[in-house]
Amino acid sequence: MAKTMDKVNVVTVGVGWMGGIIAAECAKAGLKVRGLERGKPRGTADYQMIHDEYRYAIRYELMQDLSKETITFRNHRKMRALPMRQLGSFLLGENLGGAGTHWNGHTFRFLPYDFQIKTMTEQKYGKNKLSADYLLQDWGVTYDELEPYFDKFEKTAGISGENTNPFAGKRSNDFPTPPMKRTPILKKFETAASSLGYHPYMLPSANLSEAYENPDGEAINACQYCGFCERFGCEYGAKTSPEITVVPTAMKTGNFDITFHANVIEILKSGNKVTGVKYVDTQSGEEFIQPADVVVLTSYVMNNAKLLMVSNIGEQYNPDTGRGTLGKNYGYQILPGVTGFFDEQMNVFMGAGALGMTIDDFNGDSFDHSNLDFIHGASISITQPGVRPIQTNPIPPDVPAWGAEFKKASIENYTRMLSIGGQGASMPHKENFMSLDPDYRDAYGVPLLQLTYNFTEQDRNLHKFLTDRIAEIMKEMGAKTVVPGNPISDYDIVPYQTTHNTGGTIMGTDPANSVVNTYLQHWDAENLFVVGAGNFPHNGGYNPTGTIGALAYRAAEAIQKYSKTGGSLV
Amino acid sequence: MADERKGLSRRDFLKTTGIATGALVGGGLIGGLVGYNVNKGGVETKSGTKNTGNHDATSVVGLMFFTNHADFNLLSQAVERIFPEDDLGPGAIGLGVPYFIDNQLAGNYGSNAREYMIGPFFAGEATQGYQSRLTRAEMFRQGITKMEEEAQKRYQKPFVDLDGSQMDEIITAFQKNEVEMKGVSSEFFFRVLRQATLEGAYADPIYNGNNNMDGWRMKGFPGHQMAYINLIEDEKFQKIEPKSISTMQH
Ligand SMILES: Cc1cc2nc3c(=O)[nH]c(=O)nc-3n(C[C@H](O)[C@H](O)[C@H](O)COP(=O)(O)OP(=O)(O)OC[C@H]3O[C@@H](n4cnc5c(N)ncnc54)[C@H](O)[C@@H]3O)c2cc1C
Ligand code: SF4
Repeated sequence: MAKTMDKVNVVTVGVGWMGGIIAAECAKAGLKVRGLERGKPRGTADYQMIHDEYRYAIRYELMQDLSKETITFRNHRKMRALPMRQLGSFLLGENLGGAGTHWNGHTFRFLPYDFQIKTMTEQKYGKNKLSADYLLQDWGVTYDELEPYFDKFEKTAGISGENTNPFAGKRSNDFPTPPMKRTPILKKFETAASSLGYHPYMLPSANLSEAYENPDGEAINACQYCGFCERFGCEYGAKTSPEITVVPTAMKTGNFDITFHANVIEILKSGNKVTGVKYVDTQSGEEFIQPADVVVLTSYVMNNAKLLMVSNIGEQYNPDTGRGTLGKNYGYQILPGVTGFFDEQMNVFMGAGALGMTIDDFNGDSFDHSNLDFIHGASISITQPGVRPIQTNPIPPDVPAWGAEFKKASIENYTRMLSIGGQGASMPHKENFMSLDPDYRDAYGVPLLQLTYNFTEQDRNLHKFLTDRIAEIMKEMGAKTVVPGNPISDYDIVPYQTTHNTGGTIMGTDPANSVVNTYLQHWDAENLFVVGAGNFPHNGGYNPTGTIGALAYRAAEAIQKYSKTGGSLV
Repeated sequence: MADERKGLSRRDFLKTTGIATGALVGGGLIGGLVGYNVNKGGVETKSGTKNTGNHDATSVVGLMFFTNHADFNLLSQAVERIFPEDDLGPGAIGLGVPYFIDNQLAGNYGSNAREYMIGPFFAGEATQGYQSRLTRAEMFRQGITKMEEEAQKRYQKPFVDLDGSQMDEIITAFQKNEVEMKGVSSEFFFRVLRQATLEGAYADPIYNGNNNMDGWRMKGFPGHQMAYINLIEDEKFQKIEPKSISTMQH
């Protein structure tokens, strides 16, 4: 028999960025909030031995323990789905802070175009630009409606940037802190991109350019450019993360606590409301029920969808009939990129996760697609994250992958190689979706989430076009050898690409084609909110966290309102 | 032999080595991700040195996984072929890679402790990744036995007594998936062996590889440094004496 805990006003499932934002805002407003986090507590003091590529970047110390839980994957419905037995393509978060601990800190706002993609595409290119197999839809909120929440997230995180990107949406305020340092490597890109007529700007960064105190009174330190950022926690407290900002803010109110080692396995429902959640204490194996007035799923794209599926809340998407919304519009990203080999040695090992320069000349609809066989595009960036020696063994084409010649070339080129990459938006397709796996289970006996995903025609076309543009920039930068990435074929879950998974619990204005409304309130249960990049009806050409952060702040406001008024918010 | 390394298309190799193409900006590493081309064949490497490790007298390094010197010596020779000693500096043996791999096999790495190992197991497509029921420890044990068998079959000699090009021929046969293994493909074993070799060459020396930080020194990587804030705008390439994470403990 599960033991029942005291009721709280709000329970969050998971305490990463989204759980932290919801907790901070609701606790400040006087609601009693409890976070249930399957992992353990951790913070800056735990990152003192962090400059260790092997432990953290290769063996994934900070990430999800897959022996307990993973997903299954297949490229298409005729393939047998098999478990992702080792992390690869994306690196799921676990423990306090979630993936917000080991993220890079690239903090973008999606483009105004993204939120109204269907309307704007049809207006400009007609109804048949993409085939009906692509499930484009507007998000139901506009960029302008979200702008104050973008601003709020950026202020909480202290984002460092410069407001010079002509393709970005209008900002009500400048960035809270100035941009990071323009290093020689970035300047090379800036000069080349400018001379080609593009508009380079410093990538908005959560590795702060200077010490900063956010509106909640949390201090974030100045980045030391130590080069151990992505996949690592910051030992300086200089990379904005939930455990140095929103979590302490929530704690200070006295209205928030966190139960660790609490793995939620079910959302409990009665009529058109949820009553709480059931979780397993992962140390004792005991089951508990946590009753709550409001349940907020903040357990990342995968677990948010899975928990709704195993709890039978909402209708599972069916690709044959097109009916159902849960699991629909799963999206990922495509990464056109080019490597350039140079004569001179560069300080590639210095850097920071979000140290970079970007152009948006080929992102969104900032260029004309009339004669192109795809829509949307990619942000194109050079970054200087601190290149690591185990993972980076660059050899020009024709050099074998091992042996004497490999050793010589990989060592020679380690400090003479630069890459430019694009983050390509992926458009939702009727065959790309999430469902429950019929065969495989997690350590608690709950079915695994199953992912059916492949790159589509649109992705391949976009990838090719962008690769050519990127190669032109690399040539202009003066690389002696320019090696474009191969054309993409099938999505492969093995090599790391991005942890920018989207969809499955999408937002919208109509229960017929979305899981939650524009306040992220579930259509079928008014006191259930689902927060994460799963809300995106399609993926964009940027990293997602800035945009989910904005949606989370808007949802937090809605939850407070709901706590007073009840009922549907739309 | 040189010619034996031909035959895999670049695409196939990329697929099977877990190396993505292009530069990863999306929260990812910016790697030497393109250019792995085994299509044009490899180049003959000189026969590797045959001593097994030269740790300094004060360091305590021992075998935690292998119970048999023959197996350990075979592993040593194989990884030296992958990352040989040359005029740039030590190869895998000199860097302690065999000890690194041994020690790792004795721990979480060897037992796949943080990976999903629940059945049923099916071979799957290349895009679905690792699907073996074998742990890495079991895979290495079998792989080493198989390498020895190949040596006996092809040359009626122990692997460690072959000359460099003969060893390369056998390693290449694994790479091209021409050797039968149970529960895993030989090509997959090769991939893990290659990756483990690079890990041992460039991981922090606290893991008993990258002896004397010579892997880093060759590559110009300074290891653990607290900060580059005062150097990062400098146009000049900086040669910095590397530092191990172990300096953090004092
Ligand atoms: C290597 C890497 C680099 C990245 N770089 C960037 C970047 O530069 N810019 C950017 O915008 N984004 C980046 N991201 C993505 C970013 O980290 C995520 O978008 C963000 O952290 C998502 O926040 P979240 O709160 O939705 O989920 P998470 O951070 O994943 O948090 C979810 C939490 O829920 C917990 N949880 C899950 N299931 C359960 C359960 N059943 N019961 C209880 N708890 C549960 C987890 O343990 C976790 O702590 C990166 C990600 C990675 C991995
Ligand atoms: S690069 Fe900057 S933000 Fe990143 S871990 Fe180092 S000091 Fe922290």
